[in-house]
Amino acid sequence: MSHEAVLHGDAHGHDDHGHHEHHDTFLTKYVFSQDHKMIAKQFLITGMVWAVLGGLMSVLFRLQLGYPDSTFPFLEDLLGKWAKGGRITPEAYYALVTTHGTVLVFFVLTAGLSGTFANFLIPLQIGARDMASPFMNMLSYWFFFAASIVMLSSMFVETGPFSGGWVAYPPLSALGDASPGSKTGMDLWLISMSLFVVSSLLGGLNYIATILNMRTKGMSMTRLPLTIWALFFTAVLGVLSFPVLLSGFILLIFDRNFGTSFYLSDIFVNGVGALPNEGGSAILYQHLFWFLGHPEVYIILLPALGMVSEIISINSRKPIFGYMAMVGSLFAIAILAFLVWAHHMFVTGLNPFLGSVFVLLTLLIAVPSVIKVFNWLTTLWKGNIRFTPAMLFAIGFVSLFISGGLTGIWLGNSALDIHLHDTYFVVAHFHIVMGVASMFGMYAGIYHWFPKMYGKQLNNTLGYIHFWVTIAGAYMIFWPMHYEGLAGMPRRYYDFSIWESFKQFGELNKFISLVSMIVFMVQLSFLFNFFYSIFKGRKLIDPNPWKSNTLEWTAPIHPGHGNWVGEIPEVHRWAYDYGKDGVDFIPQTTPVGADESQH
Amino acid sequence: MSTLTTNEPQRIHPHRFIMWIAIGSIVMMFAGMTSAYIVKKNQGNWLAFELPVVFWYSTAVILASSVTIYLANLSLKSGKIALYKLLITVTAILGVVFVKMQWTGFQDLEMRGIALIGTQSNSSSSFLFIITGMHMLHVLGGVIALIVLFFRSFWIKKDQISLVPVQTVATYWHFVDILWIYLFIFFHLIA
Repeated sequence: MSHEAVLHGDAHGHDDHGHHEHHDTFLTKYVFSQDHKMIAKQFLITGMVWAVLGGLMSVLFRLQLGYPDSTFPFLEDLLGKWAKGGRITPEAYYALVTTHGTVLVFFVLTAGLSGTFANFLIPLQIGARDMASPFMNMLSYWFFFAASIVMLSSMFVETGPFSGGWVAYPPLSALGDASPGSKTGMDLWLISMSLFVVSSLLGGLNYIATILNMRTKGMSMTRLPLTIWALFFTAVLGVLSFPVLLSGFILLIFDRNFGTSFYLSDIFVNGVGALPNEGGSAILYQHLFWFLGHPEVYIILLPALGMVSEIISINSRKPIFGYMAMVGSLFAIAILAFLVWAHHMFVTGLNPFLGSVFVLLTLLIAVPSVIKVFNWLTTLWKGNIRFTPAMLFAIGFVSLFISGGLTGIWLGNSALDIHLHDTYFVVAHFHIVMGVASMFGMYAGIYHWFPKMYGKQLNNTLGYIHFWVTIAGAYMIFWPMHYEGLAGMPRRYYDFSIWESFKQFGELNKFISLVSMIVFMVQLSFLFNFFYSIFKGRKLIDPNPWKSNTLEWTAPIHPGHGNWVGEIPEVHRWAYDYGKDGVDFIPQTTPVGADESQH
Repeated sequence: MSTLTTNEPQRIHPHRFIMWIAIGSIVMMFAGMTSAYIVKKNQGNWLAFELPVVFWYSTAVILASSVTIYLANLSLKSGKIALYKLLITVTAILGVVFVKMQWTGFQDLEMRGIALIGTQSNSSSSFLFIITGMHMLHVLGGVIALIVLFFRSFWIKKDQISLVPVQTVATYWHFVDILWIYLFIFFHLIA
């Protein structure tokens, strides 16, 4: 129980903590580390590897969509039989789309985002030595790592990775004969995703217990930074929704491998004949999947909402506007997240009355979302704004959240959704509001907390180039897709050039593909900035470079396992006393003065 | 525990708290399964059958095991380590007996010609198999935790007994017990 000595280190004093550090070997410090900061970095770097792979996949399938008639010999060198003659085969195209979706949603924007920032920020910002259970925390990373290895290996099997879409609907996912990717690729996909669910649960349990149980003296819930509130609700969503997905997967595994009929029913397979299964319902899977799937959207989005609130307040040098409204709206979003899953299923033959209930609940999400946007804008209003790269990405996030949120109101109406379902309009909507926006939140977080993670500064010029190209590129890629979607262009199609009605979009698709390549290249410059700065970046001199109030900046520049030397600081105020009574910032550790005004 | 906010001096230990949240998570998994069961039943093509009689006996066994783990907790509290070891061993054995009885129940169904899996199976019996099977796995997880407790008990020093591990496992054990009662009633009422 050596970690407990560190967790309750205060009682044991500083010596205990020092003693712990001396025994770290390379293996326990960098590989099987139980230090939440190292685990956060492990999540971040694994997530970045996946982001590069997932991004590269999107560039590859954009090549096919933009240049359906051209051949690229280098593709055959890269992908072998999957790009015979230099053109991606339909099977490879579907495999790329599916893996891109799975990887970005789960491995990058769930594990990479909340895995990184929940691990890094929770103990540092609430004033704890480490997580409630550092051992479980370590397991959480290694389950994610195992899931990553299995997913990666699925790309190298004879029949290719799963290719039925990231949602893995039966019968494509339930029948091994449905497509090449439905064979071994799908088995590996299910194993990988089950490991991933275990990883998320182990992490989430820890995050909740740490936030509720391990806060330092004076850190009441209403003094928590908004990042912690957001990470808290994220963890609650994950802990309550991932088990339901696991239930759905277990039934799917039985249908695939043990001949049961939960999802399969009277299907005729070409070359195989009619299936013996009777009475299954593919819609049942969709209910189980989207009961996770929709909260999953918020699992991805909420950490970004929290970090953006924090970064906007710090860099406007103003208190966050409407702190309690921000917490309340996070809570409202978390509750509504569980009540809207069927809006993904308007075209499944859902009872129209039930549909109208889901329309109402879906549109209600606009209320807390608008409260958040209003509060960000009012925080910025008349602020003394510092345009750091982190701040630019945070403001970019707000822009994307508005643009993508507005189309959500369109899609939430079942009458419109029946037309727009499975078109590029949906692709544009969720990429902007969930994909790119959360990615911006992640970038904002990395630029902001990099100095705390590595004790170095990132290069600002590269940061500015990264931001401007990415925000312009994101709109150039996804804005035109709205028009394509309104014209009925369906998603997940391999080649649009054979339809007369979609030929008009040929040039537009070429443009989108071209921009996506440029944006991808610029992300590589971010990677360069990141890894170069870890080793050669400007050394941090001021332990509080952003003049921020929260506790993590009171720790040493290179905090050891246990975070603070000596006593954990005590908290006397909320995290947002910026510009109060003419003082630029008042850290949470400063006692409240006798003549101080109320905030 | 000065790292914690000191308003409440008797705060729940983080490990026990983690267990409570984990229980919430497991509840969601079984809620997902049992609601899928109800949805599927309402869609028709549903085979009605009698539950195996042995499930009644297994229910008695798992209830008895809850009593023994409760007594184990009490005996550790009063420092009777030998009795504590005996009682957690008995609890673990009752857990294994429970799992064996559930398995006998499955065999009973197969003998009556009710296929649990395979293309001849009906969703109603497959659901019973999977939901009960998942519950059995959770019981086995508890048995593993009890075995760990048993081996750790050799290192217990009389003057520094920590009740946290046994209390955490006991909370879980009572939970899987209650979960089975819920499932048993569910299968009787809904099926």
